[in-house]
Amino acid sequence: MSLLNVDNLQVSFTTRNGTQQAVRGVSFSVEEAQITAVIGESGSGKSVSCYAMLGLIPMPPGRIDGGRVIFDNKNLLELSESELRAIRGKDIAMIFQDPMTCLNPFMTIGEQLIEPLLIHKNLNKTVAKARAIELLEEVGIRSPAKTFNSFPHEFSGGMRQRVMIAMALINEPRLLIADEPTTALDVTIQAQILKLIADLQKKRGIGVLFISHDLAVVADIADQIVVMEQGVVVERGTPKAIFESPTHPYTRKLLDAIPTGQRQSTTDHSAPLIRVNNLKTWFYPSDSDTPVKAVDEVSLTINRGEVLGLVGESGSGKSTLGRSILRLAPITGGSITFDGTDLTELEGRGLKEFRRRMQMIFQDPFASLNPRMTVYDTLAEPLLLHGICSKRDLAKHIASLMDDVGLARGFIRKYPHEFSGGQRQRIAIGRALATKPEFVVADEPVSALDVTIQAQILDLLQDLGREYGLTMLFVSHDMAVIRHIADRIAVMYRGKLVETGTAEEIFETPKQDYTRSLLASIPGAALGMPTA
Amino acid sequence: MTAIDASSSQDDNVLAVAEKGSSLWHDAWIRLSKNRMALAGGLVLLFFIVIALLTPWIAPYSYETQDLDLGATPPSAAHWLGTDVFGRDLLTQIMYGGRVSLAVGFIATAVALLIGVTWGAIAGYLGGRVDAVMMRIVDMLYALPFMIFIVLLMVIFGRNVLLLFLAIGAVEWLTMARIMRSQVQSLRQQEFVEAAISLGLSTGAIIRRHVVPNALGPIIVYTTLTIPSVMLLEAFLSFLGLGIQPPQTSWGLLISYGAETMEEYPWLLIFPGLALTITLFSLNFLGDGLRDALDVRGSKD
Repeated sequence: MSLLNVDNLQVSFTTRNGTQQAVRGVSFSVEEAQITAVIGESGSGKSVSCYAMLGLIPMPPGRIDGGRVIFDNKNLLELSESELRAIRGKDIAMIFQDPMTCLNPFMTIGEQLIEPLLIHKNLNKTVAKARAIELLEEVGIRSPAKTFNSFPHEFSGGMRQRVMIAMALINEPRLLIADEPTTALDVTIQAQILKLIADLQKKRGIGVLFISHDLAVVADIADQIVVMEQGVVVERGTPKAIFESPTHPYTRKLLDAIPTGQRQSTTDHSAPLIRVNNLKTWFYPSDSDTPVKAVDEVSLTINRGEVLGLVGESGSGKSTLGRSILRLAPITGGSITFDGTDLTELEGRGLKEFRRRMQMIFQDPFASLNPRMTVYDTLAEPLLLHGICSKRDLAKHIASLMDDVGLARGFIRKYPHEFSGGQRQRIAIGRALATKPEFVVADEPVSALDVTIQAQILDLLQDLGREYGLTMLFVSHDMAVIRHIADRIAVMYRGKLVETGTAEEIFETPKQDYTRSLLASIPGAALGMPTA
Repeated sequence: MTAIDASSSQDDNVLAVAEKGSSLWHDAWIRLSKNRMALAGGLVLLFFIVIALLTPWIAPYSYETQDLDLGATPPSAAHWLGTDVFGRDLLTQIMYGGRVSLAVGFIATAVALLIGVTWGAIAGYLGGRVDAVMMRIVDMLYALPFMIFIVLLMVIFGRNVLLLFLAIGAVEWLTMARIMRSQVQSLRQQEFVEAAISLGLSTGAIIRRHVVPNALGPIIVYTTLTIPSVMLLEAFLSFLGLGIQPPQTSWGLLISYGAETMEEYPWLLIFPGLALTITLFSLNFLGDGLRDALDVRGSKD
């Protein structure tokens, strides 16, 4: 008998544009003491099905059209709100993607942890505190007695996720639902949290329902994988079966989308386009005298036609380095030479000419496009500003730019919010390429996208890079993506450059411990996937 | 969606449409013209403004005409909205009062809008020391007692209507600047502004094209609230003898006189009150409509 049995679940949403069936007859089960992973891209209905069975979707517009969800011999869909509440948080606990929004910033971790014990179990405060500290230790938090009185903002993202897991476990649930628990975390932290979840699951013998968009992440820990596409389960099986002999074309597409292989180098080593010398970008926080050394004495060269991959965790200063080279962040010291000209000495008009020759592609296409400008306006701006074409030829230029980045011409009058993430990133790429730049900084351009879209955008960037003869600084935290696209790789850690080398050198013979730990935390390594 | 699919097959057609005018304002106008309440509000306001402009020629009586023997009478065929205690025609007074009230409301608000939005946008965008200096100036003006400020102006320059506009505008822009600044401060952090910098756009162009259009929503709402409050402020100043003086009049003055005699002659309160209320309603509908029209996320149809 399964711990949780979802049978033919159907959920629909009624919006202004009609009724949309988000989940269309989904069935799966979670066994006692096993991990079931539900995989799918955004919009596949994976989260909706899990939220719906706990009564956590807003109704209306949401509606459960049919199906059964059996947990503990009860059909969750037929329970009243108060009966559901008794199950939620007690027998079924959840952890979410962003732990910060789920913790009360004005209460200490300890207070929040013991609250359910005081309420549900009528324990007294000393006993509850002892239990909480025990649990904090179990989820791998150092000196838990001290941590008990800290506030959420004093923790890093990974530590907060550990606290969230402790909170989920405090009532000893039998089923844990984890909704993309590692998506917001760095790779090395992600590996730790995944291991923690797997360990706790084995030790406590609970069932885990793990929701993720990333096949590679769940490959190592899941006992069973359920692949969803557009509200339907398209394939299910053990990780081994899914990875070695996928039957459904969508599963194969997901697997193919995991970036693999490395590119053929086309670098012209004779002529460095960019030379960065002892670059320092320090920020001076108003409440402290010690500067934050975001970029500290970094020196590197980027050759003409080369893609330099820049890797590091969040906070390592890799984005700041990219922005500093483009003169978007204030530089504290050092020099940047672009094609023989020192950029740090340019101002005003002189800088404007160089702005044309170097462009940036941002991480989040939802933030990097002006929401009140149509595709036409967005693309017209750089063309007109730099006098690349006359007003008469503008529409023609914009159309050819849209062809280049693979946007249908019919979209020309649409606003950013009407596009998907991938399409938005295409617009942003079009804007960056409109000025016919020689150098582009791509700051995590695919990390906000679904895997299959990610593969498309990476291909597009590579094709356009060849076509336009681009030199690129490709910033990413994802080693697999970097390996796919970069000729050379630079590794950054806490503002310093720790290692530079060709892609082969970095992946085959890493010299630094930090680089090795980055490589070890690539998800999917255990299955021997071709990624690593 | 079907419209887009159909048009994508006719690329030339699409390009032609795009060339004709693809701007936020064009789209906003299309959306606004489909919002019936907003359109009705706008038409009512336009109607009031036209009447105000034409008043000297179409008013049934001169605004100085008194008939002390007649006194206060309820609405009749000769005086559609009745007369006040001096036998003056109320319709005529409301029409002349509307000239003052609407002018104060719109001009003072326009002054406040222009100064406030520019000031706030520059302070918020540039930040740092410029911001600190600019906002301290705003703080100092805030701290100035409003009444003393007006009395001072009257003493120095003598009393006239233009000064009234100026004085009210000079007070109202402060809040506008603060709202704008806080909007711009959060917009400045957005990546699309950084993208505009990396394109090489000048600071002025970035503020004009990328920052201000995205900050307009709250500003429009606040503007529709400012216009009525300015009208009432004028009534208050006039009541104190610092604004409009009889026989000139305004809606605010008419309402305050009407309120004194509302038990004996209720029409003296009801009709000016109605004129002001209808204006405020129209403004609110128009303001909401404008805000929705400028929000491109709203549905296109």
